[in-house]
Amino acid sequence: MTSRAVEDLLRALAPQVLGTLVRRHGNFSACEDAVQEALLAAATRWPEQGVPEHPRGWLLTVAGRRLTDEWRSERARREREAAVALREPAYATVAPPADDAPSGQDDSLTLLLLCCHPALGRSAQVALTLRAVGGLSTAQIAAAHLVPEPTMSQRIRRAKQRIEAAGARFALPSPAERDERLRAVLQVLYLIFNEGYTASSGTQLHRAELTGEAIRLTRQLRRALPGDGEVAGLLALMLLTDAHRAARTGPNGELVPLAEQDRGRWDRAAIDEGVALVTEALTWSPPGPYQLQAAIAAVHAEAPSTAETDWPQIVALYRVLAAVAPNPVVTLNQAAAVAMVDGPRAGLALLAPLDADERVAGHHRLAAVRAHLLELAGETDAAREAYREAARRTTSVPERRYLELRAARLGAGR
Amino acid sequence: MKYMLLIWNRPGFVEGLSEQERTALFGEVDEIMAELTASGELVGGEALADPAQTRTVRLAGDRTEVTDGPFLESKEQFAGYLTVDCDSPERAAEIAARWPDVRMGFGVLEVRPMMEQAGTEM
Repeated sequence: MTSRAVEDLLRALAPQVLGTLVRRHGNFSACEDAVQEALLAAATRWPEQGVPEHPRGWLLTVAGRRLTDEWRSERARREREAAVALREPAYATVAPPADDAPSGQDDSLTLLLLCCHPALGRSAQVALTLRAVGGLSTAQIAAAHLVPEPTMSQRIRRAKQRIEAAGARFALPSPAERDERLRAVLQVLYLIFNEGYTASSGTQLHRAELTGEAIRLTRQLRRALPGDGEVAGLLALMLLTDAHRAARTGPNGELVPLAEQDRGRWDRAAIDEGVALVTEALTWSPPGPYQLQAAIAAVHAEAPSTAETDWPQIVALYRVLAAVAPNPVVTLNQAAAVAMVDGPRAGLALLAPLDADERVAGHHRLAAVRAHLLELAGETDAAREAYREAARRTTSVPERRYLELRAARLGAGR
Repeated sequence: MKYMLLIWNRPGFVEGLSEQERTALFGEVDEIMAELTASGELVGGEALADPAQTRTVRLAGDRTEVTDGPFLESKEQFAGYLTVDCDSPERAAEIAARWPDVRMGFGVLEVRPMMEQAGTEM
């Protein structure tokens, strides 16, 4: 088996093994460390020595041994003179029975909800999710986030301490709490997706892999919750967005806007799957924000060009989205779509109130959309100034280059 | 989001401190660094040698010229930096506010977002 195939297998097994171990022993933090060590051991051994007959059992045994080693040394430290005989747990010496049924899907859902615990900040939720549910190593997560490995290792350790201090247990939360926690899970998965998707191709390969990881975890979540329309919507949104990947950057990593992308390079299989998913979900689920964003992406995906896009349909979808999930960023995108139907002035009018909304007032996206609409309206000087303002406000190198270029195309100005 | 905290202070301010005050000051820095390490927010940082050791390189006519001394003639000089990765700009400013140079009035910290290579097409 290639090391790539081994890695895929290990990542699929990681949450199952962790789930089983935590249900047996209860200590999430220690179990998570033990599973991580077992995964690292397998990643070095299996590609050379072959995959064991029962890979899941192997991981459970190795992780279980690490756990007892850990407890034994801790105990020895605490009770150096007590000399209490340790009972050797059976699973450490005997391979787990074949009927030790993996309730893998439920476990991965429980784990996701635990990793996205409200006691944690966003970056901690992301890191813990990637390690405990995604089975990524600390080194991989650190590389993807461009921070030193000890920094990431500490972040994960702290996250686990916080979860324990908050008294969280490895169990599904109450139905009342579950809904809110699930929304956090979806946000974390979408954040991981975007961390990977927005990384420019080539220069940041480690980071770009997060896109595939987010899609894989969302597929896994969908298998656990097939009746949740928003999970389906998020998966569709990810697939429809990721379909642009090959067309979204030029040969030098420069950003290519949607209107100028070579649609022949869009990934048709991903589009077909995304369109089918969201279309089906909308037949039975109340339309939530992810489904609506996916539906908008689907309209774009099915259009042969910007000019032939069904803009009235997109405007209508934005109107529903703005009602379901009012948010200044939605208004921003809505304004850009309205401009395609009713002209740039109508779009600019929608943007005006956002200057008073502190959530978005200083944001480069507001200046960038305004610049685009001013350019369409023929107000060259104002458009140039707005592009320059957007360029000063962004913290992204490729976005800054793109915005500076758009400003430069409008002439030198004053 | 990563932020660089740029430390600007008055060179030689330490000379005016008693031993006790110096120990307290360095202890405070150590404490903040330990805390940022434990929280997984510290990405890196360096302290710079005294500005007297600075050499400034610039173009003079058609060749480069190297002169002794810092570029900016100001009371406060750039003394070092730390890089943090945290969830909000407020958190970055909170870390800066605790730095002894700020707290004791020896200097200022500039909090500047770092550029990233990722970007969204518009």
